[in-house]
Amino acid sequence: MTTAAYQIDAPAKTTTLTHQYVAFGIMTAFFVVAPIFIYPVFLMQALCFALFACAFNLLIGYVGLLSFGHAMFLGTAGYISAHAAKVWGFPPELAILTGTAASALLGVLAGALAIRRQGIYFAMITLALAQMIYFFALQAPFTGGEDGIQAVPRGIMFGFLDLSNQMTLYWVVLAIFLFGFLLIYRIVHSPFGQVLKAIRENEQRATSLGYKTDHYKLIAFVLSAALSGLAGATKAIVFQLASLTDVHWTMSGEVVLMTLLGGLGTIFGPVAGAFIIIAMQNYLAQFGQWVTIIQGLIFVVCVLAFRRGVIGELGRYLKKPL
Amino acid sequence: MAGDVILEAKGLTKEFRGFVAVKDVDLQVRRGTIHALIGPNGAGKTTCFNLLTKFLTPTRGRITFNGHDITHAKPADIARMGLVRSFQISAVFPHLTVLENVRIALQRKRGASFDFWRSERVLDSFNERAIELIDAVGLSDYVHAVAVELPYGRKRALEIATTLALDPEMMLLDEPMAGMGHEDIDRIAALIKKVSVNRTVLMVEHNLSVVANLSDTITVLTRGQVLAEGDYASISKNPEVQQAYMGSGDA
Repeated sequence: MTTAAYQIDAPAKTTTLTHQYVAFGIMTAFFVVAPIFIYPVFLMQALCFALFACAFNLLIGYVGLLSFGHAMFLGTAGYISAHAAKVWGFPPELAILTGTAASALLGVLAGALAIRRQGIYFAMITLALAQMIYFFALQAPFTGGEDGIQAVPRGIMFGFLDLSNQMTLYWVVLAIFLFGFLLIYRIVHSPFGQVLKAIRENEQRATSLGYKTDHYKLIAFVLSAALSGLAGATKAIVFQLASLTDVHWTMSGEVVLMTLLGGLGTIFGPVAGAFIIIAMQNYLAQFGQWVTIIQGLIFVVCVLAFRRGVIGELGRYLKKPL
Repeated sequence: MAGDVILEAKGLTKEFRGFVAVKDVDLQVRRGTIHALIGPNGAGKTTCFNLLTKFLTPTRGRITFNGHDITHAKPADIARMGLVRSFQISAVFPHLTVLENVRIALQRKRGASFDFWRSERVLDSFNERAIELIDAVGLSDYVHAVAVELPYGRKRALEIATTLALDPEMMLLDEPMAGMGHEDIDRIAALIKKVSVNRTVLMVEHNLSVVANLSDTITVLTRGQVLAEGDYASISKNPEVQQAYMGSGDA
């Protein structure tokens, strides 16, 4: 690989990666010092949603598939991990793993059905499946119906990390988020990710080059479902609660909003979007019902003024994709 | 000589809800030739082309490629067999760079790229070959340009480079010169001639003059049927072909 061709390519490649490493460093540093001046429970909530939005963005931003039922993965993993921790007495790491696996499995089933269609039909199939999961969660005996599963024990992770300590819990949540974030970064920048982008750009052409696009789309769908599940399972342990809110269709809408606000198809956008939305819900809570209207207004302004989202516009200003 | 034929269609018919777009077309493409499929608007060229590339399934008829029956094969499968197509609307991956566009095709040599845990740096081993192909189609100055920013003619050149990256035994080009100015037409024509060495090319064209110096065999389609077949000299003198192109004034 000492050819001229490789040397031509080398500088361009290195710069694209370097500034993203810098951005990653800034983000991580922020999360490390943030609990000093920001309420850790808020940060943990935002981190869980940030991971959820990143997982969602993997599908819409890099494969071009708009799922309108991603709450089913967040919620299912929440219920399964809460049930595993509370009823089966699983330690937190196993409970989270079980919840994630359940969402991955649900992802295989939902994905196999949904990827047969494109565009609005894909969105509608995912929505329909998510509604089925919602009504299942409402009716099934183990989910606790309207009450959800409450008082889920946080337990002791790996036998020595006592999660009832808030700061220990914070570091665990941060570690889980960073693991998910880096995994998504790697997926996007892998040979597999290149094919995904090709499918997003021109699926017919990808097919005509010999790629069986359905296989790629299904794997991406399952990865996205599993990572959404990881977010949901972690959230259930953090809040000691699995409830209908997380499987409701409004949650599927909220993750679309977070991703659009932050920047579709950007690495850091969904994290920023999730933080903005969660911050708004927390700090504007005093306005009661008005939060929804303020959210709606911000969304409209966002779509009209900066369609690339907060991070997307920033990246354009810096002339570097973030 | 039957062994000389690389792609053959027999009795190819496609009906859309009673409307017959392609009717009983027999086509034989000889190995190593440039074969043009021409005809006026609505003659069924693109339908015929989509049937041959499996983007449509024929209502009746049989298609064989290298002796294998591909009538019911999937588009991705025939691409793997060495029969690769282009599209009428220029088919590039718009928001990827020229280099990335070509690499997507080269990446196929790895087999299925399901390895999402590996760095894309493994693809750098394809850069050398990609740059060769980009040079071959005259895009050396645009290696890191984003495809969407290329002028139309360059996009077509990129598309040809991407198709060539698969090293296909046979290329099917859907109106490669559509919507181009004269310089671009000449450049793409020269490019097609150049890449047709050791390959078979079947191209669909609207315009007879464009394929005049390029093709070994021309098949003329009108109203979904084969009107005439032969080299340019015989086709251009054929009164039926002339009439089809001049319009059906006194038919």
